[in-house]
Amino acid sequence: MTKILLIAIVIMIFIVIFQISKASEYVSILKGEEKARKQNNRINAFLLVVFLVLGLIGCWWCNNLYYGKTLFVQGAASEMGEKIDLMLYITIAVTGVVFFVTQVLLFWFSFKYQEKDDRKAYYFPHNTKLELLWTTVPAIFLTVLVVFGLKYWFKMTGEAPQNSIVIEVTGHQFGWEFRYPGPDKILGKKDYRLTKGANSLGVDFNDPASLDDMHVPATVHIPVGRPVKFVINAQDVIHDVGLSHFRMKMDAVPGIPTTLWFTPLYTTEEMKARTGNPNFVYEISCDQMCGKGHFSMRGVIVVDTQEEYLKYLATLEPEYWTIFPDKKPGAPKPAITDTTKSKASLAAIMPAGN
Amino acid sequence: MSNTATVHEAEVHGVHDAHHEHHHHETFISKYVFSQDHKMIARQFLITGMIWAIIGGLFSVLFRLQLGYPNTTFPWLEDLLGHWAKGGKLQPEFYYALVTMHGTILVFFVLTAGLSGTFANFLIPLQIGARDMASPMLNMLSYWFFFLASIIMFSSLFVQTGPASGGWTIYPPLSALGDASSGSKIGMDLWLASMAMFVVSSLLGGLNYITTILNMRTKGMSMTRMPLTIWALFFTAVLGVLSFPVLLSGAILLLFDRNLGTSFFLSDIVVNGKILPNEGGSAILFQHLFWFLGHPEVYIILLPAMGMSSEIISVNSRKPIFGYMAMVGSLFAIAILAFLVWAHHMFVTGLNPFLGAFFVLLTLLIAVPSAIKVFNWLTTLWRANIRFTPAMLFAIGFVSLFISGGLTGIFLGNSALDIHLHDTYFVVAHFHIVMGVASFMGMFAGVYHWFPKMYGRFLNNTLGYIHFWVTIIGAYLIFWPMHYEGLAGMPRRYYDFSAWESFKMFGGLNEFISFVSMIVFAAQLLFVFNFFYSIFKGRKVKDTNPWGANTLEWTTPIRPGHGNWVGEIPEVHRGAYDYGKDGREFIPQTEPVGENESHH
Repeated sequence: MTKILLIAIVIMIFIVIFQISKASEYVSILKGEEKARKQNNRINAFLLVVFLVLGLIGCWWCNNLYYGKTLFVQGAASEMGEKIDLMLYITIAVTGVVFFVTQVLLFWFSFKYQEKDDRKAYYFPHNTKLELLWTTVPAIFLTVLVVFGLKYWFKMTGEAPQNSIVIEVTGHQFGWEFRYPGPDKILGKKDYRLTKGANSLGVDFNDPASLDDMHVPATVHIPVGRPVKFVINAQDVIHDVGLSHFRMKMDAVPGIPTTLWFTPLYTTEEMKARTGNPNFVYEISCDQMCGKGHFSMRGVIVVDTQEEYLKYLATLEPEYWTIFPDKKPGAPKPAITDTTKSKASLAAIMPAGN
Repeated sequence: MSNTATVHEAEVHGVHDAHHEHHHHETFISKYVFSQDHKMIARQFLITGMIWAIIGGLFSVLFRLQLGYPNTTFPWLEDLLGHWAKGGKLQPEFYYALVTMHGTILVFFVLTAGLSGTFANFLIPLQIGARDMASPMLNMLSYWFFFLASIIMFSSLFVQTGPASGGWTIYPPLSALGDASSGSKIGMDLWLASMAMFVVSSLLGGLNYITTILNMRTKGMSMTRMPLTIWALFFTAVLGVLSFPVLLSGAILLLFDRNLGTSFFLSDIVVNGKILPNEGGSAILFQHLFWFLGHPEVYIILLPAMGMSSEIISVNSRKPIFGYMAMVGSLFAIAILAFLVWAHHMFVTGLNPFLGAFFVLLTLLIAVPSAIKVFNWLTTLWRANIRFTPAMLFAIGFVSLFISGGLTGIFLGNSALDIHLHDTYFVVAHFHIVMGVASFMGMFAGVYHWFPKMYGRFLNNTLGYIHFWVTIIGAYLIFWPMHYEGLAGMPRRYYDFSAWESFKMFGGLNEFISFVSMIVFAAQLLFVFNFFYSIFKGRKVKDTNPWGANTLEWTTPIRPGHGNWVGEIPEVHRGAYDYGKDGREFIPQTEPVGENESHH
């Protein structure tokens, strides 16, 4: 019933607006079309300048409402991120001035030079000096922004520092997996054809480097103040490691590994205090459309102090042991029947020929 | 005023037939369906585009419902969408299908075919002084291929697994693998087939526009005397002809990957537990092919709006467009640069940083010709004598939105900032303002301005004013706050934000935006109603040149027949923008240069 009522009201509003508009056309004919046109002209010129004023107040108001919710307030959580924020501020300032000046001129000119009986339009087809002026001035400003931008771009996309902690990130529909290289600091080889059963990342356990690698899903711990390098893979479709707090982002592409690096400045606990939000958490958002669960592809980064981080690492077991529990040192020697079974399961995930 | 008196269509035909050898009988079919008259084809493009715009707009309102009211169920939604909205709540896979179709429809079917198709067809012969397109036959085929593309795309809405749902950019592997997404099953094949037809349509159209402009200008209509609309449509056609084939190649390779077992874009994939045999392909290669079209496409959408706004601003300011040659030059510069910046959509794909640097430089270079255009529009308004017709208001709205959206392009083109802002709502705000709403403003300006030429009647003015004010206020209310969401890192194409600690605080704003979008959509329906009502019942045009414009279309009869001019095509003696010269309000292009006329 309410549905029908609502539809009826909407239709009524339509009809009323239409009838008024139709009537205004007849009125204008009665009044004299030229006179009605001039009146419309004055009204719309006035509305344009009202729009300008209210619009600028609206911009200011919108900023008051939402600036506090942007990431500027809590500051960037990585070293490069702070530079990016500075660059954002500079760009906002430059474009903000241009925005203000051009919009004011646009609407003010529209109002000021509205049609008047005693005015004649000024014939002014071109002026080379003026045109050169507004070719060169934007060019100079843009050069400055480009130089700034490229300096940071090369720094962000350049080689990660030597002392970086390397962690592998793998995206799949719809979640994130992480792999630490273990004490040897080398990530073992992978082959996507080995992705079966418990070996969900397709690790090649014939590579000795893979034996101490540790696999954790969804949440990754990193230490504060040390550069971290993510080596990024995807298993099925393109995903994207979005780290808005660190101002970093990189696609995860099947078949083409990518990397990103950053240096976290604050631990998760410190950020809780900085933001005043006890639930604060560094989130990894998937920023590349990846299917129906795209919006739920959430990962978490926990930034620890160095001690907490080492304590955390000590709790992890190599993935090799979780997939093959019998290989764990101190594990009970399996009975003969068990060995064949584990060999069979091993054969299932080892490349042929072993 | 022009010396041509009111001539009725019947008379036009009489004279026209006497003058021309290609005598033809017009039946209903040949006049309204398989017409070869460029003006009828333009109207066909316009009305098909409007139907698509309503569908595409409705889709955005539906998915905005989910974003604005993620915890509410709407039982009527299930009545409308069936299993797409089980229990009155839009399902994620169909949310993504609606998002994808909204993008596809608006970018290709409305703002490319609906905009270029309409105004290139309508204005090119009329404004350069030609009786029709170089090949009316190909022109007709261009529309019917578009129609075919429309039918295929529309039918994809009704397949069981749903239409394409991988975003309008259809990145593989998502779009290549039916196992990865239900929208990548038959819906994706239909999408690709439809797009292939669409490319054919736009090539047939584009080649025709270019040929016509280069070869069929009337006597005296040198290139530098052409109205800016024609220049803009010319560059648009060139962009389309050079870039659409690349999309076609990408689409064909994708079809091969989907159906014939090739590995152009696929490598090392495990999906749904299945290990795929494909190796050696590159998913990034597709993005290069796609954006090689995709970026020029942005200008294919924007340039006609720029051209029409320039023309309308000049006519209604009663002043010459400031810096005609600079306006042409900047259009040319934008068209060239459009081809050299595609990888700025790919800064976070792992692109070689050195290569990325060139794309940053070339991208930000576009701001220079854009700035020239803005300042030239502003200077055109300076010391003018402005008439605020609805068309003029929309043209001013175009400039305002072009400034707002263009400036945020400076953020996104700068790769270091783009890393942070990429695929957030900042991008959504940017391209909707600069390419979406701005181009719509240009298109509306064009419709209000040339409706009298198309149908011999006026659109209702008051409805036009209401339409303008609701649209521009609504557009800013919808898209301006989205910049803040983007600066908070909020990703686009999310179905629900409530599980995210970092993004869930914008619930109230999302609700507000959704609410405004419904009102703006309703205002567009008002325009559609005005349009169809005025075709039959609008105030009649009594004067051949109702706006007091210089260009040639206003020297034709009020309802020009096939062939456009009664008798000889007029000769052109001057540029299109002699407004306010030597104290005269306007001097039509057909008027010979007087002996005492000043030079500038």
